[in-house]
Amino acid sequence: MESRVIVVTSGKGGVGKTTTSANLSVSLARAGYKVVAVDADIGLRNLDLVMGLENRVVYNFVDVIEGSCRLNQALVRDKRVENLFLLPAAQTRTKDAVNPSQMVALTEDLKKEFDFVIMDCPAGIEGGFQNAAAGADEGLIVTTPEISAVRDADRIIGMLESLQKSPNRLIINRVRPKMIKGGDMLEVEDVLDVLAVKLIGVVPEDPSVIRSTNSGEPLAFANDSPASKAFENIASRLTGVDVPFLDLENMNGSGFFTGFKKLFRFSR
Amino acid sequence: MGILKKLFSRNSSREKAKKRLQLVLVHDRADISPALLEELRIELIGVINKYMEIDSDNIEMDLDRDDGSVALVANIPVLSIKRNQKNKKEK
Repeated sequence: MESRVIVVTSGKGGVGKTTTSANLSVSLARAGYKVVAVDADIGLRNLDLVMGLENRVVYNFVDVIEGSCRLNQALVRDKRVENLFLLPAAQTRTKDAVNPSQMVALTEDLKKEFDFVIMDCPAGIEGGFQNAAAGADEGLIVTTPEISAVRDADRIIGMLESLQKSPNRLIINRVRPKMIKGGDMLEVEDVLDVLAVKLIGVVPEDPSVIRSTNSGEPLAFANDSPASKAFENIASRLTGVDVPFLDLENMNGSGFFTGFKKLFRFSR
Repeated sequence: MGILKKLFSRNSSREKAKKRLQLVLVHDRADISPALLEELRIELIGVINKYMEIDSDNIEMDLDRDDGSVALVANIPVLSIKRNQKNKKEK
């Protein structure tokens, strides 16, 4: 297959970019693809921690770009699943240690080796985002059903479009069906009404996400929680498999149900 | 249940969130600063004033969302029409 470079971005911080990057990378590797998860957040490295690989980081991608090491010296192989690698960020450098054209060159090298290059983008719309997006073909925008996150997502979608990334698809993270039922949270369809992108997945709020981060075991290694199922489904949809959207909370005729019916239409 | 839910959710925080979000996105996307909007308002008043006497203290003007496109909505109270002005021009 032709390799794909996907930037996972959001604008706003703390909505789940790193968790999403880690879990999608694990799911794709489990599905048999050769995957590298790139931590593009120079100075605020975290993907290594979330993936539980922090003790095995030696070099980082800034070292590769500066020629201090070879690419395969910097790649950290995940021993829990075949074909999964992490390319860490430099922790003691700043965003301007690299520029977009160097990032394009790096991703071109990665494309020779991998089916999927998942770029975990830093929050914000400045240099860090520009670097992470530079070599990407397509975008995944992570948001939560909160107005501040959705507003920032709208901004980032505009920027991805002007950078001519395509397709750009939306992940709505930390959805709480109970709050939606009580009329206290934006529904999936509300978010889709205001943002001009297609939906690729909805991830429920799930305490096991925090547990998995605590222990450095991405959820996608075990398929027993709602969030892990949701991430696995997103990974499948990325590869072109048409997976129906999750039946969160059985949806007892709540507004959530209509949201899901609608988003199913959107996903086509 | 459906009706109850609708009644219950008319003033829900979800509704408020959606309305506020839609409005702020209209402004974000249009990329029009309040200063620019004010400039437009003053110029518009000038133009309309040539033809009508308007209550310039009670003009409401803002960007709004209209089925996916952005609309400039203005509510301008007219006090009287300046007919003489127009007649003069015709002569």
